[in-house]
Amino acid sequence: MNYKRIPYDIDKIKIPQGEIHIIKNRCKGCGFCVEYCPRDVLEMSDEFNAMGYHPPRVKNPENCVNCGLCEMLCPDFAIWSTLKPDCRQASKKKSAEDEKEAKIES
Amino acid sequence: MIKKEDHHPMESLLRMDRIPHIWCPGCGIGTTVTAFIVALEKLKLDFNKVCVVSGIGCTGRVAGYINLDSFHTTHGRAIPFATGIKLGNPELKVVVFSGDGDLISIGGNHFIHAARRNIDLTVICVNNFIYAMTGGQVAPTTPLTAYTTTSPYGNFELPSNVPQLAESAGAVYVARWTALHIRRLTNSIIEALQKPGFSVVEVISPCAMYYSRINRLGDGIDMMKFYHENSVIKHNEPTENLDIDYQKEIIVGKFINRERPTFTDSYNDWLVTEKKAQSKSMI
Amino acid sequence: MKANPRDVHTGAYYIDGDVAAAEGALAAGCKFLGGYPITPSTEAAEAFARRAPEVGAIFIQMEDELGSISAVLGASWAGKKALTITSGPGYSLMMENIGLGAALETPFVIINIQRGGPSTGLPTRTGQADMMQTRWGSHGDYEVIAISPDSPQESFEFTVKAFNLAERYRVPVMLMSDECVGHMTEKVVIPPASEIEVETRRYYDGPKDKYLPFKPDKNLVPPMVKAGDGYKLYITGLTHDEKGYPILNQNLNTRRLVDKIRLNADKIIETKEERLDDAEVIVVSYGITSRVAIRAIEQARKIGIKVGSLRLITVWPFPDKKIVELAKKVKGFVVPEINYGQIVFEVERCSHGNANVILVPHGGGSVHNPDDILGAIKQVAREKKRSEGIIEYKTGLEHLVFDQNKGSRPDLSG
Repeated sequence: MNYKRIPYDIDKIKIPQGEIHIIKNRCKGCGFCVEYCPRDVLEMSDEFNAMGYHPPRVKNPENCVNCGLCEMLCPDFAIWSTLKPDCRQASKKKSAEDEKEAKIES
Repeated sequence: MIKKEDHHPMESLLRMDRIPHIWCPGCGIGTTVTAFIVALEKLKLDFNKVCVVSGIGCTGRVAGYINLDSFHTTHGRAIPFATGIKLGNPELKVVVFSGDGDLISIGGNHFIHAARRNIDLTVICVNNFIYAMTGGQVAPTTPLTAYTTTSPYGNFELPSNVPQLAESAGAVYVARWTALHIRRLTNSIIEALQKPGFSVVEVISPCAMYYSRINRLGDGIDMMKFYHENSVIKHNEPTENLDIDYQKEIIVGKFINRERPTFTDSYNDWLVTEKKAQSKSMI
Repeated sequence: MKANPRDVHTGAYYIDGDVAAAEGALAAGCKFLGGYPITPSTEAAEAFARRAPEVGAIFIQMEDELGSISAVLGASWAGKKALTITSGPGYSLMMENIGLGAALETPFVIINIQRGGPSTGLPTRTGQADMMQTRWGSHGDYEVIAISPDSPQESFEFTVKAFNLAERYRVPVMLMSDECVGHMTEKVVIPPASEIEVETRRYYDGPKDKYLPFKPDKNLVPPMVKAGDGYKLYITGLTHDEKGYPILNQNLNTRRLVDKIRLNADKIIETKEERLDDAEVIVVSYGITSRVAIRAIEQARKIGIKVGSLRLITVWPFPDKKIVELAKKVKGFVVPEINYGQIVFEVERCSHGNANVILVPHGGGSVHNPDDILGAIKQVAREKKRSEGIIEYKTGLEHLVFDQNKGSRPDLSG
């Protein structure tokens, strides 16, 4: 049983690509972001930050879809993601298209 | 929220000169704060008109980190202080951000009566089952049999059920989430902020240093995993079923969403519109 | 600034001290009362509640005194002149947050209609035993202002004065009335608004980014802003610096909290002096006791004792300098108060051993018998030698205590 539904507009969707930013010295090494990243982007590193904790490190940067869960789960405001610059144009275009569609529908 | 590469997106709503905060590694209060900040950003409120009032305790320190008009008051008195602010200037959106010990134990009476009057406040109650700032003493929310420094043989007092207390006292919006249900928590905070009247959002939050250490429950992340596996979303569940037993399933969700006139509305309707107050002066 | 005519009920009335105090608060522009019913102060809250909608004020009866004082602090930070009204037990409950009010430099007024204590004590009878609690009741170092009226007319006037002092010095101000004054019904003349001087809150008007909530001006008092003005205030009961941020030493801000009142004391203190020029004996009194003392003073003058009266209108800060000066000139002070010795300790401290200090004690429940005060005046006038410490006058009630046969308290020293 490994079937997955295929969205009908899969050809139109471009999976967003995110970029992770970490302020290492703010991190207290709780591991929430690593544990709950749905795309397995992060791992704990071996290095120590200024407070003596192990901050996370980006393991699979290409997997990040900019969902922002790490940013919301981080209790120390130390990690966040942004949309990669080349995706921003696409997402803008897409939202413009969506708006157009929405207008037509209404 | 405009995201930049060099600044954390929540920095505009944080007092960055006070970060890093004092909360321990694995604590869920910071996570609750991010949910609150995201909720504020999504609502596009005028941040000059939002006040945060906290009492004393770990969660009481929230007032010191959020870059809004914020008041760090005495133990248990966050709700009456917030009542004063709200009645002093009804334009303001007043949020009480405090812990279970502060709101339910020493401030329990204020909690009940603010709910009864339906003062237009949003109460975010971070429940970590323990008095953490003072070193891990038994709280009114500590589950039965759990160890704390002042229940060294296991807690034998029945804990409070916060949503049931809020409902029976008259709150118009009651929800409970864990610090892990971060998006649902955000949505609940948004709804609570928009709801006129006394709204309560309880957040079950890991205390890695005191609650989980003395009970041998692992780190904050282990508590989060426990929430992940044992929390059950049951919207509109009758609040009497929401007791939390030690290391048993935690029912989360949105339980109460009802309409009652707020204190300010009743005051205006009764005294201003109905003019009940005419020529009643003593002299 | 003058009072708003809408807030002032100009005219001559026959009302009690509680109602007069409530009218005073309204005349001063008070727009928030968080209260909790307690005898003998309820009439004041009732009068305020009746008038509140008429002047756009809010009255809320909170769930307890802890709640009422906290709501008062909140309302004050929201920009309203705020008041709470209470009596002994409620006053005790408020103590922690009076400390918070002093630490946050929050202007507000407490009307304390004192009753007999300790504990539930004598709810319907008078007392003056909250005087030291006012000064020292909350933990830590702080200073407040306390003023004491002796008539319904003064209850009105002094409540206005209390609000003015609170706003001027950003400090909690206590109106230390008592059951007798509170329930005494007399003629009270409320002047037209144009004759009532009302102090408005001094708000910060400099550049927004330069604002420091606890940076004082040359008077040691910082200008205020209110919640919702966009200053992103951080107000904490932790010891804080000028920015309001917690710090770990008290030298900066707590020193100023104390100095703010101590160094401005000369501007704050008011006393009422009568016949002090030739006086050999001075009766130091406050509140209702000063009215009882009038008769004793008149009688003493009749029999040729040179006695004067120093009435403390401002009880805290205490008029140290005045007592120090007077002590050099007179034989002694007579201090009648409805307690077993509170303000007398201050008088004794300030007399520096230069004058005898005699306490006329009186338990709560009634006012002094003027004969006791007269007896004390005579005793001081007779006294040849300088006594150390406070002399306690044996009042006519002494025989009721412990040992009726001997007519005095038992000697437990052996």
